[in-house]
Amino acid sequence: MSIYPKNFRYTREHEWVRVDGNTVTIGITDHAQQELGDIVFVDLPKTGTRVEQGGTLGSVESVKAVSDVYAPVSGEVIEINQALATAPEKLNADPHGEAWLVKMRLSATKELERLLSAADYQAYIGAEK
Amino acid sequence: MAAASLRATPLNSVHRALGAKLVDFGGWEMPVQYSGIVDEHQAVRTGVGLFDVSHMGEIEIRGSEAQTLADFVTTNHVAKLQIGQAQYAGLLYSHGGFADDILIHKLASDHYFLCVNATNQQKDFEHIRALNRFDARVDLTSDHYAQLAIQGPQARATLQKLTPVELSRIRYYWFIDTTLDGSPARIAHTGYTGEDGYEIYVAPEVAERIWNRVLDAGEEFSIKPCGLGARNTLRLEARMALYGHEIDASISPWEAGLDWIVKLDKGDFAGREALVEQKHKGVRRQLVGFEMRGRGIARDGYEVWLDGAPAGWVTSGSPSPTLNKSIGLCYLPAGAAGIGRTIQILVRSQLVDAVTVETPFYRRAR
Repeated sequence: MSIYPKNFRYTREHEWVRVDGNTVTIGITDHAQQELGDIVFVDLPKTGTRVEQGGTLGSVESVKAVSDVYAPVSGEVIEINQALATAPEKLNADPHGEAWLVKMRLSATKELERLLSAADYQAYIGAEK
Repeated sequence: MAAASLRATPLNSVHRALGAKLVDFGGWEMPVQYSGIVDEHQAVRTGVGLFDVSHMGEIEIRGSEAQTLADFVTTNHVAKLQIGQAQYAGLLYSHGGFADDILIHKLASDHYFLCVNATNQQKDFEHIRALNRFDARVDLTSDHYAQLAIQGPQARATLQKLTPVELSRIRYYWFIDTTLDGSPARIAHTGYTGEDGYEIYVAPEVAERIWNRVLDAGEEFSIKPCGLGARNTLRLEARMALYGHEIDASISPWEAGLDWIVKLDKGDFAGREALVEQKHKGVRRQLVGFEMRGRGIARDGYEVWLDGAPAGWVTSGSPSPTLNKSIGLCYLPAGAAGIGRTIQILVRSQLVDAVTVETPFYRRAR
């Protein structure tokens, strides 16, 4: 049993990506929210922002620390999760679902190949510990 | 996984068993949180929390001139202490900057017990020894003690179950040598949370049993084990200084707003001359509290801007779990450190408005 959905792709910086045609939904992983602890602030880009793969997409802050969120793929931000502005704690409760961060229009499908599968990501965080 | 070189407290395996998140804190592997910083913070504000602070150092001064040495190396007035009383003080370099901030306890007329910061203990020990030209002996005895903090409005009711001493008779900043669950213990009515509570010193061998007994005793008050994360947010709300943040070798007590621990009229002490001169000339900067007005959280080390230019830095910044605001402490030029002034914090390359406010941010109802 895994809490990491098999149909997601993952980064070593602990973001996840769900692909839907040429639109991707992006969030941070359960491991990331656990490491951060109580999340109190989420800073997201404006819609229309263009980001390169690996570029800074925004930041997530817990009581203890601030952590950058990096773009898993290049593209244009087409929607942000407004609910997180007033309820950042949702990121602790449901990081893979309700608390997605942004949706982007994918510019290069090929970039998805560089991302990790659920199994590889779990092996990666297992080794990191 | 922690590097092998990290030091561990006698409770390290207990923290692991409780599922604590462990971090490298100045060379010690310490729990930063168990159930979550906010949850633990609230437990201390409304009930009771238990902290392992065994990383803290202990230094003992003994001998016929123990008091003379203790008064010479600290800023507060040791001669005024009665047996069983404790005092917060600065340990200063001759230039007036902090070597450390400490708690000094008078065990006997010829025996003083100092609780010092973990990362400073070796340095403090050498500093005190270097200034010792009296009939006194200085020992670093950290290995003889585990230290636990029991903090919160239910701290007394929790601890009372384990000791024959009537705790209500120990006044704030007094202590007593007694027993806890049958083992020798020093119970001090002190703390670092802004809440009522106790700090206890026991032998490392009994630390695990005492820890578990305290958790059992506090069960009816929903006691929570608390990590250094909550300890930091609690002390920040109460505006208590943290070495390396509000105070360090470059900061004087005047700048840090710790005038009340400096007794210039007690006679000579390390740093006195520099403090007298600084008081005469006036300080260049002062510590002041602020609240964020704009969206963003100020973090330690962020720049503080005044009238469009960098003017100071954040010493500690965090969301305040009690107040539901983002708060912090910062150094500003002395002339600009008034209350109610709009300042800006450089939060990740963006200037965000904040306003200076009265401190402490939180004061418990008595």
